[in-house]
Amino acid sequence: MNWTLPENIATYGGKIDAVFWVITIVTAIAFVLVEVGIIWFTIRYRQREGRRAHYTHGDKNLEILWTAIPALAMVVLGIYSAGVWADIKGRESAPAESLHIGVRAKQFEWNVTYAGADEVLGTNDDFTIRNQLHFPANEPILVWLEAEDVLHSFFIPQLRVKQDAVPGMTIPVWFEATRSGEFQIGCAELCGLGHYRMRARVFIHEQADYEAWVGEQIASRGQTGEAEETELATAASAPEAADEPASTHDHSAGGM
Amino acid sequence: MMERIRLWTTVAAVGLAWGCGGGGGDAGGGEPAAGDGGDQAAAPTIDPATAGAITGSIAFEGDPPAAQPIDMSEEPDCAAGYADGVTTQQVLVSNGQLGNVFVYVKEGLSMEFPAPSQPVVLDQQNCRYHPHVLGVQVDQSLQIQNSDPVLHNINTQPTTNRGFNISQPQQGMQTSRDFGMAEVMIPVKCDVHGWMNAYIGVVDHPYFAVSAADGSYSIPNLPPGEYVLEAWHELFGAQTANVTVGDGATMEVGFTFNAGMAENAVVPLGEPLVVKHASDGSLTTVRGSAGD
Amino acid sequence: MATIVAQPTGVPVVEEHHEMSFIRKYIFSTDHKVIGIQFLFLSLFFLLVGGLLAMMMRWQLAWPGKAMPFGGLFPEAMAPGGIMLPEFYNSLVTMHGTFMVFFAIMLLLVGVYANYLIPLQIGAPDMAFPRLNMISFWLAVPAGVIALASFAVEGGAAGAGWTSYAPLSALPEASGVSLGQQMWIVSLVILGLSSILGSTNYITTVINMRAPGMTWMRLPLTVWALFITAILALLAMPVLSGALIMLLFDQTLGTHFFLPASGGQPLLWQHLFWFFGHPEVYILILPAMGFASEILAVGSRKPVFGYKAMVGAIIAIAFLGWIVWGHHMFQSGMNPVLGTTFMVSTLVIAVPSAIKTFNWMGTMWRGNLHLHSPMLFAIGFVMLFVIGGLSGIFMASAPFDIFIHDTYFIVAHIHYVLFGGALFAIFGAIYYWYPKMFGRMMSERWGKIHFGLTFIFFNLAFFPMHTQGLAGMMRRLYDTSGYTHTADIQDTHLLISFSAFALFASGAIFAFNFFWSMFRGERAPDNPWNATTLEWQTPSPPKHGNWEEAPVVYHGPHEYSHPDVTDKDWLAQNERPDVVSPARH
Repeated sequence: MNWTLPENIATYGGKIDAVFWVITIVTAIAFVLVEVGIIWFTIRYRQREGRRAHYTHGDKNLEILWTAIPALAMVVLGIYSAGVWADIKGRESAPAESLHIGVRAKQFEWNVTYAGADEVLGTNDDFTIRNQLHFPANEPILVWLEAEDVLHSFFIPQLRVKQDAVPGMTIPVWFEATRSGEFQIGCAELCGLGHYRMRARVFIHEQADYEAWVGEQIASRGQTGEAEETELATAASAPEAADEPASTHDHSAGGM
Repeated sequence: MMERIRLWTTVAAVGLAWGCGGGGGDAGGGEPAAGDGGDQAAAPTIDPATAGAITGSIAFEGDPPAAQPIDMSEEPDCAAGYADGVTTQQVLVSNGQLGNVFVYVKEGLSMEFPAPSQPVVLDQQNCRYHPHVLGVQVDQSLQIQNSDPVLHNINTQPTTNRGFNISQPQQGMQTSRDFGMAEVMIPVKCDVHGWMNAYIGVVDHPYFAVSAADGSYSIPNLPPGEYVLEAWHELFGAQTANVTVGDGATMEVGFTFNAGMAENAVVPLGEPLVVKHASDGSLTTVRGSAGD
Repeated sequence: MATIVAQPTGVPVVEEHHEMSFIRKYIFSTDHKVIGIQFLFLSLFFLLVGGLLAMMMRWQLAWPGKAMPFGGLFPEAMAPGGIMLPEFYNSLVTMHGTFMVFFAIMLLLVGVYANYLIPLQIGAPDMAFPRLNMISFWLAVPAGVIALASFAVEGGAAGAGWTSYAPLSALPEASGVSLGQQMWIVSLVILGLSSILGSTNYITTVINMRAPGMTWMRLPLTVWALFITAILALLAMPVLSGALIMLLFDQTLGTHFFLPASGGQPLLWQHLFWFFGHPEVYILILPAMGFASEILAVGSRKPVFGYKAMVGAIIAIAFLGWIVWGHHMFQSGMNPVLGTTFMVSTLVIAVPSAIKTFNWMGTMWRGNLHLHSPMLFAIGFVMLFVIGGLSGIFMASAPFDIFIHDTYFIVAHIHYVLFGGALFAIFGAIYYWYPKMFGRMMSERWGKIHFGLTFIFFNLAFFPMHTQGLAGMMRRLYDTSGYTHTADIQDTHLLISFSAFALFASGAIFAFNFFWSMFRGERAPDNPWNATTLEWQTPSPPKHGNWEEAPVVYHGPHEYSHPDVTDKDWLAQNERPDVVSPARH
């Protein structure tokens, strides 16, 4: 049984794991202090005939002390966490140069859409593969996450990435893997009777292997490389949507 | 314990009837009702001396759309059943004949037919439904079974009947259901394996058939009369024909489908989905820029 | 601050003495004590039901797909041949949470003890609105019956989790559950009404009916906790009821509050649910904190350390509790900037919890600890609540929450807070106030055995869930095999399941002790624990109307081991100062 976190293969995973260890140390100190104190008091001050308890209503200095120290610790932890949070999930956090992939979750499948020969997502040469996410290592990946029916949650433990997929929203999720290998997407949000096995395989390739894989897929679909925007993409009726890519970003992450 | 709970339920359910979205108890309840049906009304007698039949064959003109390969590699237990790979089965054409077409008498019957007591079997084998298109009578037991060692769910999506969405996580599991009202067709899908789909035609008489791989079908033992016959295909839609069956006559009725008809048909279930662009979302982004 | 509060008239003590029929006395009673005891039986029943559902889940997780013992009793739609179906597992997940949160813990804390204790501890003859109180109980009963009955309807009980996230909860075609989900909604709307009526009553009673001399700063901490809890419930429950009715409309009338098809927002449900849900979490822990403070003072023979800080912490938690709901939604797709805000408020709420913990330790410090069953459970409460509180810091930190959100780490956390926290305090409270309720003592020996076994098996059952969560195991999985990152998790499942079965079995010791003592327990004196608060200064059990003469309060709530009092180590709140005259606090 694994007692701590699984292997980390995300470029930002180290930051998340560092938060974990910092909190572990802080809470371990508090834990030992309190539990040892309680056990010690329970033994030391257990009832004895003829002894009277010490009469006191408290101590103002102690109250200030044990209010201030936790408050300080929490504020520091908050500031530290806020920085890491912004680096990973902030709206501006995704690297400017990244490979875009569409992931649409439905009961109980992950449909992954890749840009076709034109390398543009949202055009009619895109191709969709069920339950297989392929991408290269050492390149930032930006997943546009959608859900078709109910809530799902996109979770790749080794990549330290989790994001709920919400019907009606398109949510950007980015990550970058440090090595190739085969992993899994799990669904982390209860989505119905097949929730427990709503998983997909994740293939992280070396860059060259990825190019080759994409080429193979395009070839097997007999595509020419000529691509138009799909009807669906142009029909997007959000006023700010079609023209500038930036608006997608705003809309999807915004809202509530 | 369960008895008591059921008692409470009845009390509660009465109170909640306003909330249950309509539909009496007969709309596809869990209890197999086939036996009951047999007791109530005797089957109308069809005089074998005058009974006729409709037979025929379904033709397909032009090039049928190519079947798409299905990647079952994630489910090795199922993939093992297909040595040469596996493709979608929406369009079954051989020698210009179309299989899996549901043909039934749509109008013209006035008798009431009790449900037969023997069930119709819908099997899930190698991650496919067998058969892909089937017919049952109203209240006839539909026996659903899982022959695969993997989870399947059976999600029926009727419009007239009340649907159900149940699972069979283990090999050998069986469940019986029935439908209380006639409905052509009820789509069935497995949400675990998006390529799995089937269609059930529920009719209130025994005069229906599904065309075989060679396109042929046969509806025997039909009393003489004037009928409207309908042929339904999941991609190419429905066609009707008027047919008059005389005493002891066997009428031949053929239908012809072609690829152009697919435009009006429903989108097949289980095809890989293109990332859709809901009215409030768009995805017109290009490789290389994450936006602002 | 006024020291004398006029005894309200119109609750004549004399009138209560004529004979009442059995039904008026025990079924449709307006006596707050009878209602409290009725709630006790009701909520213990649901604790048992919730526990049984958990045992079935633990069976499935330890031996996935194997037929359950007695599985043949289940109908085909739940477990054909005793093999649990995934949709039934989802119903178990949902209804375990629903029963435990709404019908067991909440009713035990508030239904039982707010009703039973508030009038007795403030020196009032009954609640301000006795009939409202009766209605509140008789609404909770049908609510529970409807929730239970939902298991037997077509499609089974609700299966979208106790949080019933939309759209799954709103779309029968996605969940396979329609009537069961609607019954869940109706049940909780009725229970919410019960809770709203009860809360109105508790608040009114505490404000208006305190005995002469019972100033705010002389209220026992239990009353403070229950009072603040009632305010939280009064404000939070209507939000839940409104959201539930919107969900019902989405299901039945074709509205789209939570469905994106016509511009609805799935996230709106989460905002509404957690705007109720996070105050609800404190509804489930504040009274427990009150019980623990009370019992620790009695058991340590010391006044509560930092009484004012304790009151302040309760109020601070109640305020902050309203602005932290978003920490349930860090990964929901909510704007990440909001995540930062909620992270800060959530971390801040750890501070009052820390203050309370240190003050509990201060209360024990240099005490003369009587380690009887209530005291053991109160100490156990502090030890386990601390673990639950500290594990909360991990998920309060939004970046680390990315990893542990919706994993077993959360399951471990909520059970440390609600079982290790709330339920341990409830067990302590039951042992502590049992003599007052039933006039007999519970067995001390069996009480200690119950504590020991519960403490050990609780930790064995729930601590390993932290490691499962850190390994990345998701929540609410019917079968966890098939995930490569948790391929070796089955041994831990077995350990947890065996411990859970033992934990459930140790509950049988409690049940036996509870019922046996009712008839065979040692007769209880009026004040078996030598406690100072008012409820112990009246007979066990108190008569209808509570007091032979209305009490007048002269002292603070926890005057133990006062140096001026030499013949005993406690000073009842209503002991006259001309008998003893300690420094007033």
